[in-house]
Amino acid sequence: MIEIRWDWIGEHLDDVADKTWQHLQLLVIPMLAGFLIALLLGVLALRRPGTVGPVTAITGLLYTIPSLAAFAVLRPIFGLSLATAIIPLTAYTLLILYVNTVAGLRSVPAEVNEAATAMGYSSASRFWRVQLPLAVPLIMAGVRVAAVTTIGLVTVASIIGGDRFGGLGQFITEGLQTSFDTKVYLGAVGSVMLAFIVDILLLGTQRLLTPWARARALST
Amino acid sequence: MSGLEALLAYLTDGGAWQGSAGVPSRLVEHLVLCALAVLTASLVALPLGFYIGHTGRFQVLGLNLANIGRAIPSYAVMVMVFPVALAAAAPIGYDPRLGLTFLPIFVAMTLLAIPPILVATFAGIAEVDRDVVESSRGMGLTERQILRRVELPLGLPVIIGGFRVATLQVIATATLGAVLSGGGFGRFIIDGLARRDEGMLYAGVVLVAALAIGTDLLLAGLQRRFTPRGVRVASGEEVVEAIGDLGSVAPPSLRRA
Repeated sequence: MIEIRWDWIGEHLDDVADKTWQHLQLLVIPMLAGFLIALLLGVLALRRPGTVGPVTAITGLLYTIPSLAAFAVLRPIFGLSLATAIIPLTAYTLLILYVNTVAGLRSVPAEVNEAATAMGYSSASRFWRVQLPLAVPLIMAGVRVAAVTTIGLVTVASIIGGDRFGGLGQFITEGLQTSFDTKVYLGAVGSVMLAFIVDILLLGTQRLLTPWARARALST
Repeated sequence: MSGLEALLAYLTDGGAWQGSAGVPSRLVEHLVLCALAVLTASLVALPLGFYIGHTGRFQVLGLNLANIGRAIPSYAVMVMVFPVALAAAAPIGYDPRLGLTFLPIFVAMTLLAIPPILVATFAGIAEVDRDVVESSRGMGLTERQILRRVELPLGLPVIIGGFRVATLQVIATATLGAVLSGGGFGRFIIDGLARRDEGMLYAGVVLVAALAIGTDLLLAGLQRRFTPRGVRVASGEEVVEAIGDLGSVAPPSLRRA
């Protein structure tokens, strides 16, 4: 039914490495950009709570657009440059990262904020040393969801990306076009594995960043 | 010719609205496929979700399965299911006149729609205040009555939220189905690219986005409509909190295709 030609994969390991590397680039660049934007908007939400509704609505609207359409609309504008992939990928991270950043920052109890102020923290140092660290669990939960989502979307970008971008998804699309099952499954299984590995690494990062969560779990 | 002009030229041309490749028949293809997938997925996910939510059993297992489901890219699911479903088509008596690729795309979409509905269903039911459930039990309601009259109405907004996520997912995945020569609005995008027809490409983009946004607004309206008034009054702040609690599991958005 499905014939996998392992010898072909063995001969193309360089290609696998290149496409995995591009997949990671298309993960990290949009995630960093999206995180920066979400953090700024999150700080804005603390100062101006009225912005939460509109920002959630706009990021939600962007998120609703099926990704193939988003990549397709930029293709005639940016051609096969990476911007065609990076702009929609960044937009798709925003809703998840923003909602979780706001929820995380708001989860800090008012007493804690007041205690920090009473101890002499300026509002900036209070943000960096009290509010942000306490928001980390929820922010990281958002980062994990956004990361696996982005890895999946990069594979979709390959439909638009020709031979230029789409990470491991390029194997899928090229395999479909040439009816070569080995390539299709290499891309599909590869991107699934990448998603799992990144998710586990981020879970580990979350544990490292919040040692107190583990200590608390152990003590109760 | 600018993109907008190309789009308008394409959409105002009568040919785009006629025949089996016209906008109306592509819309029907897209809608039928999505409706069937969501319906089939809910036949699986709703009973399971009710059971898990009501009894509180297998919650961790359910969450883990859904998390695994979430991590798998939908394009990958579709292409991996494709040859398997194609091979299974003949033995199960599938009529190829329905279109050779209909079954594989349908199976993939159904698989992708199950996790969000399942998680939302059991989360919605499990989140109902246990004191309320206990007092219903004390008033003599049977377990079935508790589920139907107490837990289901109170959990309904969250459950509909799961349907919103699943529907978006399914609409987007149906678009990808065009790569496997499936029907629906995705055809305009794929064919537009292949023929270098900007008008057709943009028409596909606009139609797909309009369908997704329109459907989501409709479901959001339903969600508000079915939120019991007492819960509606208490929400606002709580919406974000609820998302926060389930942060690792169910932000508004389990995944995206």
